Amino acid sequence: MSEPTAHARIQALVDGNPVVLFMKGHRQMPQCGFSAQVIQILDSLIPEYTTVNVLEDPEVRQGIKDFSNWPTIPQLYVRGEFVGGCDIITEMYQSGELQPQLRGEG
Amino acid sequence: MSDRSEKLEAALQERLNAVHVEVEDESHLHAGHAGAREGGGHFRALIVSERFEGLTRVQAQRAVFDAVATEMNEWIHALSLRTLTPSQWDEVS
Repeated sequence: MSEPTAHARIQALVDGNPVVLFMKGHRQMPQCGFSAQVIQILDSLIPEYTTVNVLEDPEVRQGIKDFSNWPTIPQLYVRGEFVGGCDIITEMYQSGELQPQLRGEG
Repeated sequence: MSDRSEKLEAALQERLNAVHVEVEDESHLHAGHAGAREGGGHFRALIVSERFEGLTRVQAQRAVFDAVATEMNEWIHALSLRTLTPSQWDEVS
C-alpha cells in the first residue's frame, strides 16, 4: 500500500470536516498575520472548527495550492466548498455574509 | 513607491485591462517574517476592471493570481487583493 497522495489527504480533510482552515501555525499560535486574522474572525463566529498547519506538512503546503487553484495561505473550506483567502473572508465577515455560510444558511 | 510595486502595478494594469490600479508595497511591515527572509515581497492591490463583471470574489481573485502567476512564484510572497468592477468602483470612490 502506498501512502495516500496529498490530494487525497486534502480531499478527506475537506470532506470530513464542516469548516477547515488551512493555515500557518496552530489555532492557539498562528505563525502569520493573515492566518491570525482569519482565526480571530472564526473564533468570534463559531466555537469549533478544524485547522491544518501547513508548516508541519510540506506536501499539504504545496498540495493545497494546487487543490484549490489558489496560490496563498490561509484558505478556508466550508462544507467542502472553497470560500477564499484572508481578504475574501474579511470582506464577507464585514458584510455579514460569512456567518450564515458558516452556519449552513448561506 | 518601490520599483517592485510599480512593476506589479503595470503588469496588473496591462494584463487585466484595468481602468484603475493601486499597489502598495507592505514588505516593510513584515521584516523578519519567514516569507520576508526568503526575499518575497508583501503587496496590497486594488484593481478595477470590467473583467470582474459577473465573477464571484474567488473567481475575480483567481483571475488576478493567474495574471501574475510568474511574479507570485518569483518575488511576491503575499498579495492582498480588493477586486472591483467599474460600477462598484463608482459607488465607493
